[in-house]
Amino acid sequence: MSKDATPLLKVSGLCKRFGSVQALSDVSFELRAGEIHSLLGENGAGKSTTIKCITGVHRPESGTVELNGREIAPRSPREAELSGIGTVYQEVNLLPNLSVLENIVLGRVKTGALGRIDWKDARRRAKAALGKLEMDIDLEARLSSLPVAMQQLVALARALEVDSKVLILDEPTASLDEAEVENLFRVMNLLRDKGIGIIFITHFLDQVFRMSDRMTVLRNGRYIVTRDAKGLSKQDLLQDMLGKAFEEMQSRGAALDAIAEDRAGRATQLQVRSLGAPGKIDSLELELREGEVVGLAGLLGSGRTECARLIFGVDKATAGSLELKGKQVKQGVPSESIREGIMLASEDRKAEGIFPHLTVRENMMIALQSRRGALNPVSREEQDAIAEKYIKAMRIKTSGPEAKIKELSGGNQQKVLLARWLAAEPKVLILDEPTRGIDIGARAEIEKLIESLSEDGLSMIMISSEMDEEVRCCHRVLVLRDRKVIGELRGSAITESAIVRKIADHE
Amino acid sequence: MSKAMEATVSKKSLRDNPLVWPLAGLALVVAFNLVTGPEFFSVSVRDGHLYGNLVDIFSQGARVMLLALGMTLVIATGGVDLSVGAVMAIGGALCATLVTQLGYGLYLALPLTLLMAGALGFFNGAMVVAGRIQPIIATLILMVAGRGVALLITDSDVVKIQDPAFLYLGKGYILGVPFSLWLVAAVFTVMALLIRKTALGLLIEAVGDNEHASRFSGIEAGRLKLIVYAVCGALAGMAGVLDAASVSAADPMRVGELKELDAIFAVVIGGTALTGGRFLLFGSILGAILLQALTLTLYNAGVPAAVAPVPKAIVIVGVCLLQSDRFRKQISNIIKIGGKAS
Repeated sequence: MSKDATPLLKVSGLCKRFGSVQALSDVSFELRAGEIHSLLGENGAGKSTTIKCITGVHRPESGTVELNGREIAPRSPREAELSGIGTVYQEVNLLPNLSVLENIVLGRVKTGALGRIDWKDARRRAKAALGKLEMDIDLEARLSSLPVAMQQLVALARALEVDSKVLILDEPTASLDEAEVENLFRVMNLLRDKGIGIIFITHFLDQVFRMSDRMTVLRNGRYIVTRDAKGLSKQDLLQDMLGKAFEEMQSRGAALDAIAEDRAGRATQLQVRSLGAPGKIDSLELELREGEVVGLAGLLGSGRTECARLIFGVDKATAGSLELKGKQVKQGVPSESIREGIMLASEDRKAEGIFPHLTVRENMMIALQSRRGALNPVSREEQDAIAEKYIKAMRIKTSGPEAKIKELSGGNQQKVLLARWLAAEPKVLILDEPTRGIDIGARAEIEKLIESLSEDGLSMIMISSEMDEEVRCCHRVLVLRDRKVIGELRGSAITESAIVRKIADHE
Repeated sequence: MSKAMEATVSKKSLRDNPLVWPLAGLALVVAFNLVTGPEFFSVSVRDGHLYGNLVDIFSQGARVMLLALGMTLVIATGGVDLSVGAVMAIGGALCATLVTQLGYGLYLALPLTLLMAGALGFFNGAMVVAGRIQPIIATLILMVAGRGVALLITDSDVVKIQDPAFLYLGKGYILGVPFSLWLVAAVFTVMALLIRKTALGLLIEAVGDNEHASRFSGIEAGRLKLIVYAVCGALAGMAGVLDAASVSAADPMRVGELKELDAIFAVVIGGTALTGGRFLLFGSILGAILLQALTLTLYNAGVPAAVAPVPKAIVIVGVCLLQSDRFRKQISNIIKIGGKAS
């Protein structure tokens, strides 16, 4: 691919304000045909706004978008789509109750006399679009009957059906498992080879390195740099993305052994005895000490989340028991677990976490309230104090405690949820993917928080898909495979490679 | 935050107050009556009782107010109760039969009736909670079957009521004000206190906002729903008793007919979303008043009863549209563009 040719997509000098906030100032980059170009930056760096300016959701105050050398100024996503820019979002924006076929061609069907739909033509086009992905999906299947990964491919097929030259993938891998990610990557490579330019947005740096040809970094709404992926180190990239905040994350290491040693000598907080349920986890044994942070590592589907759900009690165990400070706890009743002090910050923030229309304050005090019981209300003064305390301590960006939580960004919602559990004064806190979907800056803050909570004696169980996070936070890691614990690492012995070896070696 | 933004925020908070729109609807009705016939507002005293259209609005609206209070809670949990009209019929029929035909005293018949109505509501709740049936279907069952039960109780007859204590519920006055209004005021006060002074209200809102998340927060959604449906049933039973008392007869076919729709209307006009979550008890009371005021205004204006639902519907649609942020934004955009053009 010649480098001096007209770029496929050229974005120059985009500026966009929201009220008093300058979301984008002078953002420019070029996308070549046949490349995967990652757009990187923390939450709020301006990735989404840039995309939305390109796809006609927002209209920039100044700056231009050129497609194949011709300026376009789409006024709606549909217009962008018709001019050849397809977009697939993290949360599939399709209609779950319609068929695959209908979803692919919806809004673009040819109609004959009396508005009769030409289904033959629609079917042919849908097949062709799926063919481009080398996928064979039943066109008549109801979309909701397919796994999320498949639905995403249907969304991709929909984007390709209009013969898109530019494809934007916004966090496409966030809800996929490993095999599904592989399949998506295969399709992405296929499309790249066909000369389509792909803009790829993700929080997973490994995926960025693996997939992209070039990457453009944004920070605080500004363009920072565009680099070739080849020869670029993770360190350099993080430096670009984070600026000064990067150095702070670095130092931590040998002190870990001493801490791990100290925690191992403390009193037992939670004792899990042969807890299990068919299809979830086989006979889990776990002794959690005061102030200890134990990580559960393993591939997706190895039973990590299932462990968390069984200990908290949203799922019923068929065998085993739980003891908190030597006292038996009834398993399988979340309200009971919370009353005893065992709490779970679920991985699914949207479905299992937030109350979107309630305020930040209410979202923070609700677990404490249900712990106390409905007839024993948390006083307004106490609520206000809780809200004020955590908004300040966690540096939550909100217009105030009375803002609805749905108005906050994902990372800030996550902090509110953490505050919810901390306000309820847990003895054991299970953190399932506590940093999913949030930017590296906020991630570092949450890791710091975990450390200080551990010093205060709170016992935690942590699950994270990002192994380096468990390496930094945990005093002990249990490695799971096929719904069984197959090994344990302690202190400085916890490294990414050690965990991977455990997962792989076991026969 | 810039000053301009602060200004829009404070303006917004007034518009965001959900009580504004039912009040605006009421203002419209009042204005209409001021123009067409100010005698609408005259309140006189006859036999020591207040008398006039305004009093009628409140006393006749009392039944829908009771229904709306219960319905508000059910809707807040993300459900709906279509059976309240039928439960009214059962309530009226049961209480009348107990008193008139079986000779029970009201002091016994009334609690028994409320207990029965509460149990029916509990049954609705159990279908929703334990049976995992969608509320609209679960309560549809009793809506259809309930009237049959009422007919069974009265042996398909209209039961005439002569018991003075019973009649007092519908026709009595305290300090010149109809008894039914005192009752609504008392029920409203007790409910508001119970719900806002404890955490019940917040927990109900949490369940309606995200039931799945409420489980993870340790809220016992099932128990709350059972309570709420039972309360809704009991209030419907009470409304049925009032209805029977006000016309001195319990007609199992007519009592509470289509009243479930009035109740749902009142709740929605009052600013509680049908999707659940945030609710406003007082808004529902306002909604019920607006409905009744509309009905009476149309009646006074000589609109035939058969046609009256049409203008009523128009006002209701108007209030509902005004509650939508999106609609208001579109309207204000149109006005802005129009202003620029001229």
